[in-house]
Amino acid sequence: MSGALENVGSIWDLLTSPILRTVALGSGLLGAVSGALGCFALLRRQSLVGDAVSHAALPGIALAFLLTGTKSSFGLVLGAALAGWVAMVFVLAIVRTTRLDENTALGIVLATFFGFGLVLLTFIQRLPNANQAGLDTYLFGQAATMLHEDVLLLGAGGALLLGLVVMFWKEFKLVSFDREFAATVGYPVQRIELLLTLLLVAAIVLGLRTVGVVLMSAMIVAPAAAARQWTHHTGMMVLLGAIFGCAAGVAGAVASSVVPHLPTGPTIVLVATSWAIVSLFVGAKRGILWQWLRLRMLQKRLAEEAILVGLYELAQVHGGERHGHTEGALRALSPNLLRVRRRLRELEQRELVEETSRGAWALTAKGQSQAQQIVEKAQEKR
Amino acid sequence: MSQAQLEIQVIAVLVAVACALPGVFLVLRRAAMLSDAISHSILLGIVVAYFAVRDLSSPILVLAATATGVLTVWLVEALTRTRLVRNDAATGLVFPTLFAIAVILIARYARTLHLDTDSVLLGELAFAPFHRFEVLGRDLGPVSAWVMGSILLLNVLFIGLFYKELKLATFDPEFAAAQGFAPGLLHYALMTLVSMTAVGAFDAVGSVLVVALMIAPAATALLLSHRLSVVLVLAVATAAISALIGYWVAHALDASIAGSMSTTCGAFFLATYLFAPTVGLLAQVRRRQQQRMEFALKMLAVHLAQHERHPEEAVENRPEHLVEHIRWTGDFARRVVRRALSDELVTLQSGRLFLTEKGRALASESIVQGA
Repeated sequence: MSGALENVGSIWDLLTSPILRTVALGSGLLGAVSGALGCFALLRRQSLVGDAVSHAALPGIALAFLLTGTKSSFGLVLGAALAGWVAMVFVLAIVRTTRLDENTALGIVLATFFGFGLVLLTFIQRLPNANQAGLDTYLFGQAATMLHEDVLLLGAGGALLLGLVVMFWKEFKLVSFDREFAATVGYPVQRIELLLTLLLVAAIVLGLRTVGVVLMSAMIVAPAAAARQWTHHTGMMVLLGAIFGCAAGVAGAVASSVVPHLPTGPTIVLVATSWAIVSLFVGAKRGILWQWLRLRMLQKRLAEEAILVGLYELAQVHGGERHGHTEGALRALSPNLLRVRRRLRELEQRELVEETSRGAWALTAKGQSQAQQIVEKAQEKR
Repeated sequence: MSQAQLEIQVIAVLVAVACALPGVFLVLRRAAMLSDAISHSILLGIVVAYFAVRDLSSPILVLAATATGVLTVWLVEALTRTRLVRNDAATGLVFPTLFAIAVILIARYARTLHLDTDSVLLGELAFAPFHRFEVLGRDLGPVSAWVMGSILLLNVLFIGLFYKELKLATFDPEFAAAQGFAPGLLHYALMTLVSMTAVGAFDAVGSVLVVALMIAPAATALLLSHRLSVVLVLAVATAAISALIGYWVAHALDASIAGSMSTTCGAFFLATYLFAPTVGLLAQVRRRQQQRMEFALKMLAVHLAQHERHPEEAVENRPEHLVEHIRWTGDFARRVVRRALSDELVTLQSGRLFLTEKGRALASESIVQGA
């Protein structure tokens, strides 16, 4: 008992520790920014841009280090942003001027930029005087080593990005939903798109150190995909994206500090994608679960109607209304019918059919009138 | 060149060629980013299978990893089919989830495992020759070479046997379905191949280079040719040459071989993209300039013809006036006039332009065309 209490006490200590506060704050900020900007990427069908940009940032980080010799967050982030932006310009140019599709352009840029970054990193590693330790944290991210300085950068950068989103709200919304219309009305669509891409690149680059190259893309996609399931309203979606991203960041940071050997970046991503998957299943009216339930209900109703009509038609053919018919006869009438016996029992409970003798079924008076209604309705439609 | 160096190059070429072949079909099917998704999520298959058999060299690992790759494709397609998210978002959800689970499993339960996450992403070709394939005490070369050789053989056999079917299913899936080719089955067979190739290559070169080798040579080849057979040959050649150049660059810089190979692939693509005849960016720019000049010459001829023998001719046919009237910049107007003079469409007499016979012909031809 006292052991458990002690445990709770130490977890409490951990939760209130300044280190965790820094990490949780930083991860939450990152989640909020990437969640909000990710919504625009999702709406513009550019979810994989995050993947490409985060990989493409690597040579920028390495070059920034090679040129300045500093490991300060700001310099490296600047280098990463520049490389990410160049990568995006390449992608846009390839898509616009060749017959290769966007997927291909993204793949080429992603892999070759990353490969080049790798060459630079390994080259730096073998330089005699370079202390490059810490550069490879960008591959997998290392939220746990986040410093006060990093959080400040995240906070300031995040505020700037979100401020710009609010400022250009109308433009971003229009371009995301109806590019052609925006162009017709005279908005500088290309410039708006470029700005939006620039903001996305900035958000990704800010998050790289926390969750790493591979998983950063998920922070762009997952909160946005989750938010999309709960609303049709853009403003609400962006707000929800930010909230979901923030919650995933904080939850992941806390979980990884409480559970031993739980790496922060992957945990944050797993929280975010799990919530996205839950949202896909139960979100608003379109959720997979609701779709499935609706389909089942519809199938059931159709099957019931088919049975009622089947018995009705059989009765008409045979003249005598009380004459029972077997399941086999019903199946012969509508071969696609499933679970006939179960449906019959359910109909029996609702007093629409009755078992006249073992295995033989007929309509009750109530069932008869209902079947008649169905048939008449079908004839009307015709 | 030492024995190890030779072996590394052989493996590099085998990996490159084995990746480039299915890559062509991935690019043609606009599913290039599936290679990225597959090459990351196979890690989960490897980890889970390792927990089951506790042996890193077991072939079960390869099977499980291949299956995970195919599962990834299936998951992405299933998610897309719900119409709740589009294909890009589905891809972006599925593979980071699987990859994150794998990284967490390794960090929590397999820290002693010889599978550090760095080498997963980056691979290390330089170590490949240390792992020997021995039968009855005889050394038959590095294991990677045999593995990649077999995968390459499988890829060649598959593409060779189903060439016609693949071609049809890629370019016209509806027609292929109508012909009873089961494009779905072929699609999954191809994805199995991609997945298996990624698994084989992953050990040597890491997951990101797999993407580079699958997509970049294929894209390069597609810029250069429209014929599938030629594209396949070009892709294979580009991949193999990139592998060799990449190796020697890495050797010179003492840097990552995998990274250097992908950089070389990228450089080949960039060079093709910029300089390829007809489709290259430079050729496009030159063509556009040429068209602009041709159009300008026609416009000049028509302009002069319109005002010929009219009272305002004295003003309209001065070169300086063109800037004002046709809204050309001064520089462009001078270039057009110079070109028109050298093509003998006009003559310049005391600061005024007069159409030659040739110029008049061009003008009337242009007007007829326009009408």
